Amino acid sequence: MKNPFKLSLTQKQNYAGYLWISPFVIGFILFFFAPMLQSFRFSVSKLSFTPDGYELAYVGLENFKYALTVDPNFIQYFTETIISVLVNIPAVILFSFFIATLLNQEFKGRTLARAIFFLPVILTAGVLHELEVEDLMYLTTQDESNVLFSAAMVKNFLLDMSLPQGIIDYVIMAASNIPQIIEYSAIPILIFLAGLQSVPSHLYECAKMEGATGWEIFWKITFPLVSPLFLTNVIFITVYSFTAPGNRLVEYISSLTWGRGLFGVSVAMSLMYFLAIGVILLVVGYIIERNVFYME
Amino acid sequence: MSVVLKKHLVNWSWVIVRSVLIIGLCFLIINPVFVKLSTTVMTEEDIFDPTVQWVPRNFNLSRIGKHYLDVAQKMNYVRSTFNSLVFSLVISICQLVSCTIVGYGFGRFNFRGKGLLFGLVVFTLVVPPQMVVIPLFLNFRYFDFFGLLKDGGVNLIGTYWPLVLTALTGTGPRNGLFIYIARQHFRGMPRALEESAYIDGAGQFRTFWKIMLPGALPIMLVIFLFSFVWQWNDIFYTSIFMRGGMPLLPFSLRNLTGQYHWSISAEYKTIINNTGMVLFILPLLVMYVFLQRYFIESIERTGIVG
Repeated sequence: MKNPFKLSLTQKQNYAGYLWISPFVIGFILFFFAPMLQSFRFSVSKLSFTPDGYELAYVGLENFKYALTVDPNFIQYFTETIISVLVNIPAVILFSFFIATLLNQEFKGRTLARAIFFLPVILTAGVLHELEVEDLMYLTTQDESNVLFSAAMVKNFLLDMSLPQGIIDYVIMAASNIPQIIEYSAIPILIFLAGLQSVPSHLYECAKMEGATGWEIFWKITFPLVSPLFLTNVIFITVYSFTAPGNRLVEYISSLTWGRGLFGVSVAMSLMYFLAIGVILLVVGYIIERNVFYME
Repeated sequence: MSVVLKKHLVNWSWVIVRSVLIIGLCFLIINPVFVKLSTTVMTEEDIFDPTVQWVPRNFNLSRIGKHYLDVAQKMNYVRSTFNSLVFSLVISICQLVSCTIVGYGFGRFNFRGKGLLFGLVVFTLVVPPQMVVIPLFLNFRYFDFFGLLKDGGVNLIGTYWPLVLTALTGTGPRNGLFIYIARQHFRGMPRALEESAYIDGAGQFRTFWKIMLPGALPIMLVIFLFSFVWQWNDIFYTSIFMRGGMPLLPFSLRNLTGQYHWSISAEYKTIINNTGMVLFILPLLVMYVFLQRYFIESIERTGIVG
């Protein structure tokens, strides 16, 4: 008879799986889940330091009220950041997909071009962004009046083409964000590039035999097969922009904590920010997930 | 017009459009670096001078050399670069070890609750770090070994420990991504490899060490490179957990203008800061020139897309 307490080799090995992932489980509980619970508590408390630790006093929704009604900057930075995330997502996705298809073609100097497009990953350091705020030379490259002047010309041109106002405004907004879009695109470009190269070549051969044009091949083969990566990249960009150096809301929240000691308020602000981003991710993820094609 | 000629024309016009686009965008990316470099060799008058674009009017090599040496000295460059190098190396090796192990667990074993646990890995990626960083800071400030120590605990802020502990448990910044990469890789390795090792009598650890790890070296290099670069460039976590610790490169760069007399002009500040920034990215740029191949080929091998 089979002994119910004796494990087969596979079962034994599967239990060993817990051992392998145990570092993460321990870390998740101690350094992630517990702090998260604490931060919920902090958001409804006032924190004060005592000689041997800190104390929490329950204040209800006082911190949220402070953030929304008293604080002079929060609402402005909050809406600005959310809008810039919303503007950036489609722009970065379209831009990086386009660049990836370009870089996937054969041409001279392709390696160099790829190396340069990936350079922003190396060059984005938080401390550089901090210093650039008071950098005279950097500011001349960001000259607003210059940008606005050329934007006005482009706008007139687009208006003459009688495009809808909404699209024009979006193009202008995205165009004035180009440096940021390029910076965010570095890794999405790589992900798309890898996806493009993993499309099985026999599909292309087959399509060519049947007489498909390049345009048809792109829309009927390349695009559907790469489409799951749109979701990966949307998630990546949204997550990346949380911590990306130069995020004004994040910098402001940090300044409240470390500059003015408003721990409870800044946790409450982070919480609202997290909820907003979470909603965006869910909605965008849902829309994309429904329109994505999986090969399996 | 003959068909062949038309085809050639279409082809060539596309090549031209493509080259213009790629060269233009490459210029956009490199331009800030060049602006920084050329600013470091300017004098204050050159910054005022609107006719100066790239090469300053008063180009003087010995002055520039002196200027760089001066800034490097004010930044305590050799020492803080060494500190940063050791620090980033230690942290990224810890992250590499833990993420490979955890990724192996997720990639090769079937156990109950695996989907849920892996969901938690993704969850750590999606939650903004601002949510957890303040309680985490307080926990490390009054670290009591999870209730074992009384009297307020030990202050771990300013030491390696907070970042080493989070790195060793795979909960450091963006570690979820590394776990994901490692898991995708291990998942794709053929079962037969492992089975033959078991049949030959190797234990689990030995199979991992002798059979699975050698095949995973390229992936581990990718994880290591990303982790190193992100750690080097990071100021968010570092400035919180290394508060009042040893001098690291980002700190010396941040405080660079503070080392000078308060009355220096904004122009001079710009020159100093740009020199500091160039010195700051220099080690990474040198590394990138040699390892750029691995960065770029890497993602194609990681299986993120498979």
